[in-house]
Amino acid sequence: MSTLTLATITREQVEDFMFLEAEMLDEWRLKEWLALFTVDATYNVPATDVAPNASPDSALFYVADDRFRLEQRVERLLKRTAHAEFPRSKTRHLVSNVRIRGRSETELDVGAAVLTFRTKMGLTETYIGSYRYRLVIDDGRLLIREKRCILDMDGLKPNGRISIIL
Amino acid sequence: MNAPADSKPIPLSELPVVWTDKERHRFKVARRSFVDPEILKTEYETIFNKCWLYIGHESELIKPGDFVTRIVAKRSILFTRDAGGTINAFFNACPHRGAQVCRERRGNAKSFQCFYHGWVFGSDGKLKSQPGSDCYPDDFNADGQANLVAVPRIDSYRGFWFICFDAGVQSLPDYLAGAKEWIDIVADQSETMMTLVGGTQEYQIRANWKLLTENSIDGYHAINTHATYVDYLKNSQGSMSPVPFDGTGYDLGNGHAVIEYRAPWGRPVAQWIPLWGDEGKVELDKVHARLVERFGKERADRIAFSNRNMFIFPNLVINDIMAITVRTYYPTAPDAMNVFGWALAPNEESAWARKYRLSNFLEFLGPGGFATPDDVEALEQCQRGFESMLEAPWSDISKGMKKERVNYDDELQMRAFWTQWQAVTGATAAPRNGDR
Repeated sequence: MSTLTLATITREQVEDFMFLEAEMLDEWRLKEWLALFTVDATYNVPATDVAPNASPDSALFYVADDRFRLEQRVERLLKRTAHAEFPRSKTRHLVSNVRIRGRSETELDVGAAVLTFRTKMGLTETYIGSYRYRLVIDDGRLLIREKRCILDMDGLKPNGRISIIL
Repeated sequence: MNAPADSKPIPLSELPVVWTDKERHRFKVARRSFVDPEILKTEYETIFNKCWLYIGHESELIKPGDFVTRIVAKRSILFTRDAGGTINAFFNACPHRGAQVCRERRGNAKSFQCFYHGWVFGSDGKLKSQPGSDCYPDDFNADGQANLVAVPRIDSYRGFWFICFDAGVQSLPDYLAGAKEWIDIVADQSETMMTLVGGTQEYQIRANWKLLTENSIDGYHAINTHATYVDYLKNSQGSMSPVPFDGTGYDLGNGHAVIEYRAPWGRPVAQWIPLWGDEGKVELDKVHARLVERFGKERADRIAFSNRNMFIFPNLVINDIMAITVRTYYPTAPDAMNVFGWALAPNEESAWARKYRLSNFLEFLGPGGFATPDDVEALEQCQRGFESMLEAPWSDISKGMKKERVNYDDELQMRAFWTQWQAVTGATAAPRNGDR
């Protein structure tokens, strides 16, 4: 297998990476999932009435995690006392329409569509949105520097919470 | 329940929803109030159609022509600042045939055109033009009947705007009663104007709206429900100051209530935590010093170091905690509500403070935070528990009744809400004969 480089990486290789990520989330392999992120990574979910590229430093989001808070989010979700996710919900992330939107010398800009189902206690909720990723290659591996999930919804109705990772 | 042992028990249909025994320090709420559609109907008639309701904040309407549309007690309301600078609230329904005249959430406009037949209204609600006006008499709108219908009452207090659908309601200052001085403590955090930061957290909870009232001013649940948030604070190097949780609750009259307490988290106005470093220390010392200049040390310390979870009857929450959230919510069914949450901040605060404020907000608050999702779960689990209402008909809100001075984690503030709720609705613990 040839070494991954930003200049030559294909959409298919990016897709494989994103599908693996989705699988880890759906199987609650959250510690493994965390290893897909760079040490300076961020994970963002803006509110549904702000610009998709808004900054969490100046607008209200649903989620704006730096690496430390992302680790804490994983740690929290794996505890019995994370009541919103106890017993754990069943989830399914469907990732589609993956496209490499841009390449720089340091990063890939990747867009995708995502549909996530969360089922708990007989109720199934749907999160509809798009992804924007900033990906880097480190030591021959793809890693996530930023994951942003932009919800195509008018608020979280009837979801009520983003207790899982989108 | 309150009957002597040798006599027949009083039927639930003759007991109020809110049942108290002051001598024995008992305060019970009938779970019927959370599940019965008849109660919801009564709540709309006696509460949402009669009380002052929060519509928005002055910072949302800065320039003439600024507008916001918002659902308030099921009605779509158009909230505008008109060309003359006056703030208005109109029913967002065309006087012609009823279509919603404005279909955008917010913006700035000189006029609003109903797309159905093309009637045009100014931001002051006045009809400006109508296609085919030659088919109407000259005096068609002489009495204003073709203007947008204004909400009967609108008024503000310290930047918070309220409306009421009942023209005969008491004045807003009278209605707010003891809550005014507590709103002052929030409003005084800015020398220019408090402002809503862009972005709305909007979500639905599958639970009765009154459960969120209880939860928003409940100091008792934190240790259990929010165990993982407290773990998070402990794990974050420097996220806590050595301040123990301590404080008390107050009944502010008319169903309003507050808890005020010290807590170890950082506050952008202005409790420093080591995480914020020297830059933060300099910044927060400056903020505190200015508060001392403006209000003296005692009040400055109270503004800066105390937290407040404030409830304005029937459905406004202003929580001045690790950030400030303004929250309002409406029932759409006995077991469902829509919630709107915003972040409030001093307009003049630095980019540094704004960043940490929003970061603080998201740590705890909102559907993606480390705490609110567990509240949502708790409320939805209560609602499920209420399915056993016929056999398990009462909830208990007695904590702290026997004490002279209640603690912030007692339940006095919830009793204040429920006592007013009972006075206004007159509802009973089970339907009266003929109710259905």
